[in-house]
Amino acid sequence: MLLLTDVSAGYGSFQALFGVSLEVKAGESVAVIGPNGAGKTTLLRAISKLVELTAGEVTMEGRSLKRVAPHEVIAHGISQVPENRRLFPRLTVEENLKMGAFLPAARSKFAQRREFVYSLFPRMGERRAQLAGTLSGGEQQMCAIGRALMSGPKLLLLDEPSAGLAPVIVQSIMQMVKRICAEGYTVLIVEQNIRQVLKVVDRAYLLETGRIKSSGSSAELLASDGIRKAYLGI
Amino acid sequence: MDIFDVFLLEAVLNGILLGGLLALLSLGLNLIFGVIDVVWICYAEMIMIGMYAVYTLHVQYHWPLLAAMAAGIASVAILGALMHQFVIRPVLGAEPINQLLVTGGVLFFLQAAATLAFGIEFRNLGVRLPPVAIGEMSFSMPRLIAFAVAVGGVAATWLFLTRTYVGTAIRAISQDRQIMPLMGVNPDRIFTITSALGGALAGLGACLLVLQYDIHPAIGLSFGPITFLICVLGGLGNMLGGLIAAFIFAQFISVGGFFFHIEWGYVIAFVFFIAVMFWRPQGILGGK
Repeated sequence: MLLLTDVSAGYGSFQALFGVSLEVKAGESVAVIGPNGAGKTTLLRAISKLVELTAGEVTMEGRSLKRVAPHEVIAHGISQVPENRRLFPRLTVEENLKMGAFLPAARSKFAQRREFVYSLFPRMGERRAQLAGTLSGGEQQMCAIGRALMSGPKLLLLDEPSAGLAPVIVQSIMQMVKRICAEGYTVLIVEQNIRQVLKVVDRAYLLETGRIKSSGSSAELLASDGIRKAYLGI
Repeated sequence: MDIFDVFLLEAVLNGILLGGLLALLSLGLNLIFGVIDVVWICYAEMIMIGMYAVYTLHVQYHWPLLAAMAAGIASVAILGALMHQFVIRPVLGAEPINQLLVTGGVLFFLQAAATLAFGIEFRNLGVRLPPVAIGEMSFSMPRLIAFAVAVGGVAATWLFLTRTYVGTAIRAISQDRQIMPLMGVNPDRIFTITSALGGALAGLGACLLVLQYDIHPAIGLSFGPITFLICVLGGLGNMLGGLIAAFIFAQFISVGGFFFHIEWGYVIAFVFFIAVMFWRPQGILGGK
């Protein structure tokens, strides 16, 4: 579904990604794991065209995103939950969902998808008229995921959904991710919380200093000595 | 002096009528600042252009007044969109002082263009509406119309901003500009629509002012500063604050003018403004 070939990207003279290649197949849930500053967020921003590629190519279902403007990426079926959630704090929960359904094609399905989001996260239905800025961290993450689902994406990109949340909330966020995968969405998730994320995804890539260092199924990576020593502290 | 004086009541009611008009005038400026973060110093001059547009179409080309007004609103809306595309967009990333100077340049450009096209003579529509008498009180018909239409315009803007997708995006973009593309929103398009809407509100204000005042190229100076001060008093960019400030300001002008002299009404209003700025520099409802 999503294919990255030798992608390089950065900010000005600072290069963050060096020839990254990876693939996400339809129906899969894939994680990109790695330490702080490895380029994980840049990778998702490159897919969403929020940073320009300096080399390489991103294709979605065989179509190149090279000439696609940032605001048109979502029309290709790619929806991103950005780092730190980035809700509109002075809009209500429901208005945030409305922004997720901004595309003309999504507007006609607004009511139907909103009810789906509320069934997935009943808490959001209870808080529909509340300003998003007043939600707790975990609730904000639900709202941000719900907002990203409102466009009816084929591929959901999640940027550090556990960042800044208490450990018990992180577990429930990961359960949410698992449920979204079970609903049939294809998911690419970027995480620092390696132990937790490997419990819910099928496969993962390890990104270090802008390069893919290894990849494999979650079970393989959890068992590998390098990852156990460097990231899991075992 | 008897506090229940009927003429004092008349002054208070006239203040409310004036407040509605000032609220409309400041709304467009506030909207543009709140969303795009640029102050259009030339906003009152766009109203002036709208007044000339209505005057030209109605008096010189003999269009029916309402058609001339509709065309006037549309032309200032287009002027607003052009203003964003050709003046603001190139300086969006520039220092605030440069953005301010650019819109100040447009102010002089529009004034000079109006002088060139129409001369410095005072013009008016020649429409004279009879005053409305309620008991011992008398109200100017254009003011009553201006109040009703201004309140309608403010309400319509509010409905647009809260009920539609584009309106919600206008409010959202002022809260987080960077992630708008992730929603499928082209920020430049929203900015252009916001500028056109701000222009349309200026055009609507022009239609209401042209019923009450003579037109001349410098007329923007007689309400531009007040419009700007109302926005600052309410908290620049805060639309609700602007509405409240408009009605407070109008009461100072109207009731102050009743007790002393109309010019003193303005003096008292500005003293109040300065006092509030010491107490709350961010304005009545302003954030940080």
